[in-house]
Amino acid sequence: MKRSNDPCGKRRERIASDLCILPSLLGVLIFFLIPFGIVVYYSLISNPVTKQFVGIENYTKLFSNNAFITAVKHTALFSVISVPLAVVLSMALAVMLERNIPGKSAFRTFFLSPLMVPTASVVLVWQVLFHNHGTINQIIEHFGGSGPDWLKSNAGQVVIILMFLWKNLGYNMILFMAALAGIPRDIIEVAELEGAGRIYQFFHIKLRYLSPTIVFVTILSMINSFKIFREVYLLTGDHPFELYMLQHFMNNTFASLDYQKLSAAAVIFAAVMIVIIAVLLISESIFGKDVEN
Amino acid sequence: MTIKKRRRRADVAFTAVAVIAAFLFLMPTVLTIANSFMTSSEIAANYGAMFGNMTEDKKVFISENVNLKFIPDKVTLAQYKAVLLKSPDYLMKFWNSVILTVPITFFQLLVAVFASYGFARSKGKIKAVIFFSYIILMLMPYQVTLVPNFLVADFIKTAVTNIFYPDGAIPNGLANMRWAVILPGIFSPFSIFLLTKAMKRIPIAYTEAARLDGAGELQILFRIYLPLCRGALVSVAMLVFIDFWNMVEQPLILMKDANYHPLSVFLSQINTGDVGLAFAVGTVYMVPTILMFLYGEDDLVEGITYSGGIKG
Repeated sequence: MKRSNDPCGKRRERIASDLCILPSLLGVLIFFLIPFGIVVYYSLISNPVTKQFVGIENYTKLFSNNAFITAVKHTALFSVISVPLAVVLSMALAVMLERNIPGKSAFRTFFLSPLMVPTASVVLVWQVLFHNHGTINQIIEHFGGSGPDWLKSNAGQVVIILMFLWKNLGYNMILFMAALAGIPRDIIEVAELEGAGRIYQFFHIKLRYLSPTIVFVTILSMINSFKIFREVYLLTGDHPFELYMLQHFMNNTFASLDYQKLSAAAVIFAAVMIVIIAVLLISESIFGKDVEN
Repeated sequence: MTIKKRRRRADVAFTAVAVIAAFLFLMPTVLTIANSFMTSSEIAANYGAMFGNMTEDKKVFISENVNLKFIPDKVTLAQYKAVLLKSPDYLMKFWNSVILTVPITFFQLLVAVFASYGFARSKGKIKAVIFFSYIILMLMPYQVTLVPNFLVADFIKTAVTNIFYPDGAIPNGLANMRWAVILPGIFSPFSIFLLTKAMKRIPIAYTEAARLDGAGELQILFRIYLPLCRGALVSVAMLVFIDFWNMVEQPLILMKDANYHPLSVFLSQINTGDVGLAFAVGTVYMVPTILMFLYGEDDLVEGITYSGGIKG
């Protein structure tokens, strides 16, 4: 039996590995990559019937579309506020659970639990809390103030930011807990011997080891922030007053079957995402270098 | 004050913060469950102000404010009876969720188990490029991926209709568009990403030893790799399941007929109508995922840990 003969074995191994990947690759090509190519093509033509090449006209039209601009503004505002909060607060939770507090594993369970609760199940509670005559406004009135009509004004952003944090902090916290546990103990011990306080330790030592996780959590939170349509739709329906998000724009454009507008919007979004991800990954490889060796 | 004393004091403060945070994190879920045991008149009295469509005779009892209550005055299973026995609509929508989510979860895992094994075992440049493009795809929001998904679904539907049903009388299975949500879901690369990272941690020595004993590739995958990454598998299954159990975007765009929408979409509509049932329906809807969480929390945490970091 000469089967373990090297080149032959390697080849068998490679074929096996290729075959394993094939079904997934075909599916991704058929359902995502090839149609995305068509989307790019659609974004450059006048309409699917005459197929006239119009260059960037669909894009320029999009940027003079008020609904699109509003949707981008609302979505960007939401992401710019909620993503940093999601990173900082989840890190705070992880640091808190690193301390010597009783019932740590129960707290971990509590913080993680919203991840496994369907948004639709609890949306009514959020509506009750933030209704114009709801719990939050009653509390505010009790102290002599008067709250906004949360779900029908700009204040709606606050509600969806809270819902976003509620759902996503747990997952991020677990990532930070793992990263904190992975920091070499001897470095911390040396720092302690030399009299470094907890706060100094955190900002000058731990934070550097956390930087890859910070980048990853930022990317993850950003992706999740674009899923906030779910919460907005469940809270306020198809045509919210002040929370018209990018997905609303897409849905309405789907309804009118305007492929050109849709395609241009999808291509722009994809390009923006790729740029943001690339910037984050490059900045990680610059800042994270000194701790990785 | 000694350092020790100061630390103990800080720990007390941290505990207090943790307790408050835990209260906030648990509140929406606990309130939903607690309110599901209220009588419908109590719900109307407390939450009626939210909904303008109450009948006149009921309005008398409704206060202008919405009152959030933690503990029902009278515990009753009436809401559950109404949901489970008298309103088949909710059960239908629940079933719609099951029939979308279960096949997606099962087949996404099946595809992913093989693909991850392929990625974990190879060192080729081309495969590294493919894997990286999967990561980019995974990071694309619905606003990007739903447009291609819609085009493909439209293309498949038109093609199948033209070839097999030229008279236009298409069967329900094609018309209800469930497949348009399920098929892209199966090939969504999230579980491949996570499982590949878990499988890469398995020492190559295990594989070599198995090969010396005459094991084939399939045996190595099923006898060595899968048992070793059981935690990651359970975790991926849970994460994929909750993601699709929670879905709103895909059915709204890909399925025109609201009769086939899952409960996650439909719940937003009953909230304005049958408010008396909404808490019970919401509770029923969270039962499967909560049970999974209670059963598999440790695996879930392990799997989430694997997902950290784009590289390695």
